Amino acid sequence: MTTQLLFHIFILIPVFGFILSIFIPGKNEKLISGIAFSIVGVHFIAFLAYMVYWLMNGHPTLNFKDIVLFKTTGYEFYIDFLFDKITAVYFFVGSLLTFMVTIYSKAYLHRENGYKRFFNTLLFFYLGYNIIIFAGNLETLFMGWEILGICSFLLIAFYRERYLPVKNALKVFTVYRIGDVGLILAMWMSHHLWHQNITFAQLQNDELIHAQLETHSLVGVFISLMILITAAAKSAQLPFSSWLPRAMEGPTPSSAIFYGSLSVHIGVFLLLRTYELWENQVSVRIIIGVLGLATSIVTSLIARVQSSVKSQIAYSSASQIGLIFIEVALGFENLALIHFAGNAFLRTYQLLVSPSVVSYLIREQFYNYVPRKATFEDSFPKKIEYSIYLMSIKEFNLDSFMYTVLWNSLKRLGKKLNFLTLNNLFIFFVPVYLIGLVCLYTKAHIPDDIHEYLPAFFALIGLMMVLKSFAERKNVILSWTLIIMNHFWVALAVSFNENFTYDQIHLYLSGIVVAGIVGYVCLNKLRSIEKNIDLNQFYGHVYEHPKLAFVFLLACLGLTGFPISPTFVGEDLIYSHIHEDQYVLALFTTLSFIIDGLALVRIYARVFLGPHIKTYHESPYRSS
Amino acid sequence: MKTETSSFDEHKVLHELKHYLPAQAPLKDFIHHNTLHAFQNLNFFKALNNAHEILGYNVSLSLDEYRSLYQTKKIKENILDKVIASQKGANNINEWKTKLISQRYDNSNNARIGQLRANWKKEFSIDLDLLIQPILFRVLCSYLDQGISIWNFPVHELGFLASIKEMEKNTYTSFFKTERAKKLLLSDKCQIEDLLKIIVGDESLYAQYIFDQQFSHQGWSGMVSTIEDQPETLLDSKKISIKELVTFELLLEIDALDKKFGKIWSPLGQRIERRPIDLFAEVPETELRDVFTIWQLAYEWSYYDEVLAGLQQGIIEKKEIPSKSFQIMLCIDDRETSLRDYMEKLDPNCETFATPGFFGVEFYFQPEHGKSYTKQCPAPVTPKFLIKEIEITEGRKKDVHFAKHTHGLFRGLIISPTLGFWSAFRLFISLFKPSISPATALSFSHMDKLSKLTIEHKEGVANENGLQVGFSYEEMATRVEALLMSIGMVKNFGPLVYVVGHGSSSVNNPHYAAYNCGACCGRPGSVNARVVSFMANHPKVREILRSKGLNIPAETQFMGGLHDTTRDEIVFYDLTFLSAENAKLHTENLKTINKSLDLNSKERSRRFESINSKLDAAKIHKKILSRSVSLFEPRPELNHATNTLCIVGGREMTKKLFLDRRAFCNSYDYKIDPEGKILVNIMKPLGPVCGGINLEYFFSRVDNHKLGAGTKLPHNVMGLFGVANGIDGDLRPGLPSQMIEVHDPIRLLIIVEHFPEVVLKTIKSVDAMYEWFINEWVNLVVMNPETKKLSVFKNGDFTNYEPLAKKLNTATDMTSILENNLDNIPVYLIK
Repeated sequence: MTTQLLFHIFILIPVFGFILSIFIPGKNEKLISGIAFSIVGVHFIAFLAYMVYWLMNGHPTLNFKDIVLFKTTGYEFYIDFLFDKITAVYFFVGSLLTFMVTIYSKAYLHRENGYKRFFNTLLFFYLGYNIIIFAGNLETLFMGWEILGICSFLLIAFYRERYLPVKNALKVFTVYRIGDVGLILAMWMSHHLWHQNITFAQLQNDELIHAQLETHSLVGVFISLMILITAAAKSAQLPFSSWLPRAMEGPTPSSAIFYGSLSVHIGVFLLLRTYELWENQVSVRIIIGVLGLATSIVTSLIARVQSSVKSQIAYSSASQIGLIFIEVALGFENLALIHFAGNAFLRTYQLLVSPSVVSYLIREQFYNYVPRKATFEDSFPKKIEYSIYLMSIKEFNLDSFMYTVLWNSLKRLGKKLNFLTLNNLFIFFVPVYLIGLVCLYTKAHIPDDIHEYLPAFFALIGLMMVLKSFAERKNVILSWTLIIMNHFWVALAVSFNENFTYDQIHLYLSGIVVAGIVGYVCLNKLRSIEKNIDLNQFYGHVYEHPKLAFVFLLACLGLTGFPISPTFVGEDLIYSHIHEDQYVLALFTTLSFIIDGLALVRIYARVFLGPHIKTYHESPYRSS
Repeated sequence: MKTETSSFDEHKVLHELKHYLPAQAPLKDFIHHNTLHAFQNLNFFKALNNAHEILGYNVSLSLDEYRSLYQTKKIKENILDKVIASQKGANNINEWKTKLISQRYDNSNNARIGQLRANWKKEFSIDLDLLIQPILFRVLCSYLDQGISIWNFPVHELGFLASIKEMEKNTYTSFFKTERAKKLLLSDKCQIEDLLKIIVGDESLYAQYIFDQQFSHQGWSGMVSTIEDQPETLLDSKKISIKELVTFELLLEIDALDKKFGKIWSPLGQRIERRPIDLFAEVPETELRDVFTIWQLAYEWSYYDEVLAGLQQGIIEKKEIPSKSFQIMLCIDDRETSLRDYMEKLDPNCETFATPGFFGVEFYFQPEHGKSYTKQCPAPVTPKFLIKEIEITEGRKKDVHFAKHTHGLFRGLIISPTLGFWSAFRLFISLFKPSISPATALSFSHMDKLSKLTIEHKEGVANENGLQVGFSYEEMATRVEALLMSIGMVKNFGPLVYVVGHGSSSVNNPHYAAYNCGACCGRPGSVNARVVSFMANHPKVREILRSKGLNIPAETQFMGGLHDTTRDEIVFYDLTFLSAENAKLHTENLKTINKSLDLNSKERSRRFESINSKLDAAKIHKKILSRSVSLFEPRPELNHATNTLCIVGGREMTKKLFLDRRAFCNSYDYKIDPEGKILVNIMKPLGPVCGGINLEYFFSRVDNHKLGAGTKLPHNVMGLFGVANGIDGDLRPGLPSQMIEVHDPIRLLIIVEHFPEVVLKTIKSVDAMYEWFINEWVNLVVMNPETKKLSVFKNGDFTNYEPLAKKLNTATDMTSILENNLDNIPVYLIK
């Protein structure tokens, strides 16, 4: 029981710090950084003290089930905590680095616009990080995961009045969202495999795990691969690597701690955490190893040709993480942990001193100038050398690949749905929805052949809604409404699956309705002040309406099912009603959720971020 | 490929383009200059208007800022009335005042630049910048890279475009996505005009299109243009020209357009219905611009008036000090004035002078083991001499964190799990106990303290790269004489004359060169101080000087030193040469000097949030030292952030005046220069050097986004020559916001102590110098040394000026005022 209390404290300290930091006036720099510094400092010291105790007691693996957030027959959503060697190492590295970075940033960000915003986000990130590393089951971990994603977006777009940071923040957020697909599907499938929300500790239970996996080996592979996708996206492995250097848009210390160290190594953490799950699946281990190897080779080639200091550090870090993936695949857990800690420290420090590189290297060059050092590539045939060089300069087209494959194809699909207008929506889709509802109540009378397809059919309509919302260029309100409607379609679709009580649907939709209305009011208010707003360009309205922007951001988070809204539990619940053989339904629903998040962040970015549409004040170049 | 009918003259257009592009050199050679140098042939306010309208720069404070300055009385009402009367007539004061104070204006920025090329996105939904710039910047940066990448651009000897061509010929992949661009590159139909014909079609729009295109990334274009003109600025030299850049970019555009529209599309010129206004068409005058002009003038004269009143009321008679403890020559730099105040206050028997910090000796310096030279004189001067450092005592320290092998795959595997833990430890230490490390750019390491210099030219020593090694005695004497004459130090020499250059130390600061001595080309002035002292001490030089009537007593000794303006430390060189008496005297003087440095750091600390200015001076000095080497400190010092004045004359003018480190001071004695012959040489560099510094701060302050570098916190070092935001942004020339945030954008006011007619003749004697004054890029006031009357230069002549401020602030001691104020402090008379 005392341990449990202790763990509550470990989680509550950052929660407390984050909430406290929100209420400090923005002008009071000393207090803001002071709080961040003391919270992280106390956290770190408390942890060190506990570590001594834990180590002296034979460093046991601790696991306990915490608050149950929702419970119904056959389903339980609960918070679960786990503490073991992996948590200990990630905690040590994470809190030490965060502690040092808060001290660093205290003076470094002095007089910067957004001083408070920076520390708020940093503390929120720290909270998310702690939730992840203490998480005892995928559901808890997913909460932290979502927090990390949104913090990344906010920190990359820290200089929100400029074009490139906002554009790159959207890019990175897209990749993170893809990672989330993996995690959601893995949760869905594992729920069905074990008929419960399984904890990581249970994974160590051979009987439970292997008995199931042996009979459902394909399912096991599916879950493992989904987790791998998530890990690869977060840890900048192929084919996602190109997001990492593009994330270096915020102030240097935030780049250092996020993309130099903590955030980018979380993928490794996920693999270590789920090791027992795929330990006996040789094929999965081979895939992880090969992916790591391929990444380390490709990214180290790219790192070799980088002529800017931050992108060089980013790619060399990614290549080391590739090696860590190999170590994990081989089962060298301790080596992977040491490698992680070293790499995180090294890259953080290199990024923090990166501005010194000019005076240092110029001085070195002044004394040791050799016209041109031969590199091993010079021994290649000319044509091969030039080709590899050119490919490395173009980052093996990874960035344009992500862009064309993901973003553009979604756009193209969405554009095909131009018939979806506000009018059509009400004239056509509301009646269809009503018919759907009628069917739902009379589903006993619907022939099985038809009934079988109805869930997927309604989910598809929902998916169309978000696709259109994502591709919409003109009408913000339409885009917003479509996202709300999507959730209703999903609810309808799943309702066909089986009989479950309406309170589950209520739980899911309550968050949606509230967030939907709040967001709608915000947009309407903005439209009444600023007249024209569309989604064809960045408007940067946060310059004049920072408060409105903040409320709207909360509404967006609510609508995505962020863990501030009951929808978060509701979403998981929805999945528990998708049967394991309903791949199509699961796919449509997952795609809906993912694109939904993208569409929302896009609306927020387009309307509130980027270069301000009004030019009566100093405004940055687009290329800056 | 110019055909007879073509109205497009490529050479002329590119020449003009280069004129307008930013002219900032690579970081290591950062030198302040007038950011709007391209408009310098116009009157200041006309130039602002044009730059705003044509290139979209913000060129003044905002109306709100001016209005709040007026409310807080920083802009004074009587001055405002006077300015309105002179600009708009005395009858219209009230009408214009209402406009200034309360009228609403639409100040939206509708720059002409970019409008033509914007049609691609507006009308045809293709975002060329987004498609082209990332790859263009990366190729440029890789080609020009000075040492960040491990694997360099494989072909480089041929010049930029030829290297691209060579690679394109020999590769399985391509710079382009489509065929036509590739074919064009490899064919000989790749002149700018041919490519523009495909993209634009209409000859009359070519020039404008190129301007639009290059100004969409003026940072990179400016860097290419600068490197084209001064290839020697890169140690690893690269051949590149703006012509090649434009050609390559046009090819990328064709590539992107082909990819989007297929092979057949009509050029932009044929597609647009409304032609944009010509870039350089006459810019109309608007009422709003007049409002800005009046506000700016009122803002400037509110400050000038106070200073001029102070000069008139505070000037004292010159008194000769009977037995001098020491004389010291410092740089004219605004950061040195407060130090002079403290020295004179602590030791009334010392005498201080200021002169440009290269001390009149121009040469290249080669440190021992250095592979090339650094210039140690103002940028426009091309020296014929070389000074070499020999017999150094200390080696350079290295830091493995900057080593490239940490980025290798396999060595990284060994390094990151091991060195990584060391990094964490290092970071921890550097946060709690900052200290000098190899990452620090340290002013004192520019030259080894105990090394020797080859100052004497030995007969028979061959020239190196066309430079004479050392100076002959004649050459030395000429320089020493000129230096002493210019500051009026021709008689009554004390026993010790310190010649102290200045430099700066910082860490994590890509703009480190901007903090050093501008008169030494962005380097510390230690070598110059040592060299000129050696010259002035040499018996043979003294002999020659004696024959010219300049008699330096045998017991007088010169001694070089370096003042680190960030750390407030002075190091002296060649101590062993001092005579026994002087050595004793020096020990005494050091007490004064060190105390002055403590007090100086206390005065500076009032601007720093992290230091409590009420503490004891010595304690504050320790904090200042630690601040200068802190990784996390983006403001190691404030550099020239407060500059507004430049005073040429005797120390008596300013001795009783508190000017808050805002004045460049140049010691000058009009009595020994009745015709202004020396004055010409003093005033010639004031425009480009002090005016350049002032205007760079001015423009970086009023438009930190477009004319400055923005906040430095997200900066990423590109190729060791520039900074950008993130990894694919444009280069950011200009000053970062951390350098200019406390700066008041006020033009430099030069005040000369001499007779108006002599000064008029002086400034008219050189056209380039006169341009600065007649076009009002700097303001000029002359103080008649006999009548103390002031006259201001306007429209080619001097007119009498009577300050409006009658009563000034007075204080006996500034300490408590300094301790309690964070902002600029008005002029005080010291009683």
